Amino acid sequence: MEFPQELYYTETHEWLRVKDGEVEVGITSYAQEQLRDVVFVELPRIGKKVKAKQPCAVIESVKAAFDIYAPLSGDILSINKELEGQPELINKDPYGRGWMFTIKIENSGELQNLLNAQAYASKIKEAH
Amino acid sequence: MNNIKTSLYEIHRKLGARFTEFHGFELPLEYTSIMEEHQTVRKAAGLFDLSHMGEIEVRGKDALKFIQRLIPNDAEKLADGKVLYTPLCNPKGGIVDDIIVYRFSKERLLLVVNASNIQKDFQWIENNAASFSGGKVINRSQELGMVAIQGPASQRIMEEAAGKEKANLPHHGFIEQEGTIISRTGYTGEDGFEVYAPDNRCPELWERFINVGQPQGLRPVGLGARDTLRLEAGLLLYGNDIDDNTTPLEAGIAWTVKFYKEDFVGKEALLAQQASGVKKRLVGLELLERGIARTGHSILADSRKIGYVTSGTFSPSLQKPIAMGYVETDFLPEKRQAGAEPEKELFVEIRGRQLKARLVGLPFYKQCSRRL
Repeated sequence: MEFPQELYYTETHEWLRVKDGEVEVGITSYAQEQLRDVVFVELPRIGKKVKAKQPCAVIESVKAAFDIYAPLSGDILSINKELEGQPELINKDPYGRGWMFTIKIENSGELQNLLNAQAYASKIKEAH
Repeated sequence: MNNIKTSLYEIHRKLGARFTEFHGFELPLEYTSIMEEHQTVRKAAGLFDLSHMGEIEVRGKDALKFIQRLIPNDAEKLADGKVLYTPLCNPKGGIVDDIIVYRFSKERLLLVVNASNIQKDFQWIENNAASFSGGKVINRSQELGMVAIQGPASQRIMEEAAGKEKANLPHHGFIEQEGTIISRTGYTGEDGFEVYAPDNRCPELWERFINVGQPQGLRPVGLGARDTLRLEAGLLLYGNDIDDNTTPLEAGIAWTVKFYKEDFVGKEALLAQQASGVKKRLVGLELLERGIARTGHSILADSRKIGYVTSGTFSPSLQKPIAMGYVETDFLPEKRQAGAEPEKELFVEIRGRQLKARLVGLPFYKQCSRRL
């Protein structure tokens, strides 16, 4: 399973790509494989204030609904509209076209609470 | 983990199945993906391990008479070698379980019951057996395993695996040979067979079907797709869509209640309910906005709760969200008088959002090929 080096990770299986004061957020290839068949994604509205570790989006697979947690606090800057018509992008390209939303970084100190690729990979190993 | 493993557990594990707990059993949820396995059953055929299902055999001179008193449906009219779907009702008309009755003869019947209800049903039957003198009620759930083949290719696969006689069983017919029972039944809305055999013979049965069926597209299918298949076919799931507090009249299976029968447990209560009219009824719903209705979600009209969802999913065949649930009958078209106020808009509340929905007839999905 692939966990790109340049990304940050959470214990709840979100990834973050930091660029220019904002972060792009999606779910890891491990998470999408657990969910399988994603059929619907409920995204936060643009401008919404989200808090770190609070649920802010929902992914529905055929079987059940799963909460997605905001990895950082801040305002939602943009959402991936493509997921409306093609929710399966989360399965097909979790680190690319399957991105979910971006957050404007409020407190970059919060980044220190996140996992790097090695730490996340070993968490996954532990769980199995 | 103390879940019961079926005799096919090792086979599932080697196939890379993802497992789930289902009423105390460790069963495959999916092998590849629910979506893929669902399409396999609609287009070719799927093989299911259903060893968790319960089997209760009733034997004795008055076995048929005894069963007739327990079920609202009519097993007297049923021919030997045929099966019958029926609820088992409590004195209030609530559904103890929904079961399949296999009639071997007037002296021998087999009840196939839900895994969740094996103990409850057995107890219920025993408790009502006072008048069943000289008869026997035997719980065969542990000794019998079951595999099902479901899908349009089922008949060809059965013919190759077990011969013409079995493959040509009529719809709802069954045959018993050397301790194995094969019936033309299922829970997917497709043609298919269910095969009951002693637990230790199930692995060889499974391998045989896979070997013969693989070239025709037969693949193992888990409980996840079993649920989406049955929901599309408008078939009820005990514990979700029906339970001890819902009646067959409310659940849309009034056709299983034969009021002409002299007596059966629950008849009085069901007659009274029929006379006064049911207050809620099970309906099919389709969501008109993006989202998925799930068990327990509220159904609203005029910003008021008028019902609740009992089963919901994204339909892999129809590619849209579907659900079943109970709705107050005042909101159903047949109750509304002609020329009265226009049909109310319905909503399903999902995580605080109200999504538009509309009533649709059941089943959501109808098999295209000929039904035997």
